[in-house]
Amino acid sequence: MATRTIIPFGPQHPVLPEPVHLDLVLEDETVVAAIPQIGFVHRGLEKLVEKRDYMQFVYVAERICGICSFGHSLGYSQTVEALMGIEVPKRAEYLRVIWHELSRVHSHLLWLGLLADAFGYESLFMHSWRLRERVLDIFEETTGGRVIFSASNVGGVKNDIEDSQLAGIVAVLDGLASEYAELSGAFLNDYSAASRMKGVGVLTKEQAHTLGCVGPFGRASGLGADIRALGYGAYEDLSSFAPVTAAAGDCYARCEVRVKEVLQSIEIIRELAAKIPAGPVSVPVKGAPEAGAEMASRLEQPRGECFYYAKGNGTKFLERFRVRTPTAINIPGMVTALAGCQLADVPMIVLTIDPCISCTER
Amino acid sequence: MGAFKLGRMTMRSLFGKPACAMYPVKTREPYPRTKGHIEVDIETCILCGICEKKCPAGAITVSKPERTWTINPFSCVQCDSCWQVCPKKCLTMESTYTAPSAAMSARIVSKPEAAVAG
Repeated sequence: MATRTIIPFGPQHPVLPEPVHLDLVLEDETVVAAIPQIGFVHRGLEKLVEKRDYMQFVYVAERICGICSFGHSLGYSQTVEALMGIEVPKRAEYLRVIWHELSRVHSHLLWLGLLADAFGYESLFMHSWRLRERVLDIFEETTGGRVIFSASNVGGVKNDIEDSQLAGIVAVLDGLASEYAELSGAFLNDYSAASRMKGVGVLTKEQAHTLGCVGPFGRASGLGADIRALGYGAYEDLSSFAPVTAAAGDCYARCEVRVKEVLQSIEIIRELAAKIPAGPVSVPVKGAPEAGAEMASRLEQPRGECFYYAKGNGTKFLERFRVRTPTAINIPGMVTALAGCQLADVPMIVLTIDPCISCTER
Repeated sequence: MGAFKLGRMTMRSLFGKPACAMYPVKTREPYPRTKGHIEVDIETCILCGICEKKCPAGAITVSKPERTWTINPFSCVQCDSCWQVCPKKCLTMESTYTAPSAAMSARIVSKPEAAVAG
């Protein structure tokens, strides 16, 4: 038996956008096991629910994470709305899904850039982020913010998108889609990209199912789980929706799923922009959640299924608010995928679960 | 599979306009809805303090005795709550950012004394 060496990886590492620590147990250059450790950016945001009332807390919820900011404000809003029995106007539901899908486009483009950077393809990284800027410009034009929008709140959304602006968004996405076709060709068909990703960090369908993997990470192993298929909000009005899946379960499959999900999101935005109904975008909210009332809801974040729980206590302050994020669930899958890989592939495999440690630790 | 899949895009980048602006020589026009900073029309303000109550970050302080409206721009999270609840519509979200500052000081706006009738 070769001598075993333990190498600490992270929490500060050039390839990691966020702090996660791994103790890599090596035999020569092969990773035998990886022991994860998190807890470097815990901020105690859930406790703040006792200090900010349920209308103000939406601004705290969207600061759980910079990339999934709109998703978290949407998840929090829909949980409290269900808790209080508030029915949101249809137009607000459409606008929420449009912003949420735009968030998925920018999140996946960001991830694709980071992946290209991880396997040393600098120009591909720059071009991915160049395209992402156009989505951020759409956010700034429609909500006023590029990262934190403060667009969704309990009872609907804060501002409307005019029909002319919606047509403009679709035109920008059409232009983005044609350039994206070239970009995705480089990710999926380029020899150098494929040679770094194919057959690396394999997670089988059985392993993904046993470990409960979610999001593109699980779908790349063949799991068909996507909360959007349940039809929450405006997703129920889509003519068709089928989760993007792949079978191989390696880094290439995870890249392929995300590349195709960007196109799927653009299609969803096109369809919803074409059939968005007219009407108000919010309803007035009065009162407070009842004492002891509990509610849980789920939504599909760019990284996978996210679970929200809220409990009322009869006042304007919630008793408890809890978020279970996709990265927290995918860490066991990541550790399994790391076992048996080469040391040089570790950064890329860690990246392919799209870790969002800020979400996980809140 | 093949190589040089990014060739056309790279050539366009080589001979086309740069994707970034030469900041600060060239700055981009903000969108009308861009959240820059909060301005107050102190003449119209009645110092009711609703903006202070609604501010989730505690950035606004309104003092009736001292007749001042104070905002700490370093605490403001630009959530739009204050101007949307203002009963006199004297708060506005301007689309320009505030100038850089060397000290983290609050901005105090004093309401002038009402003119004595007669």
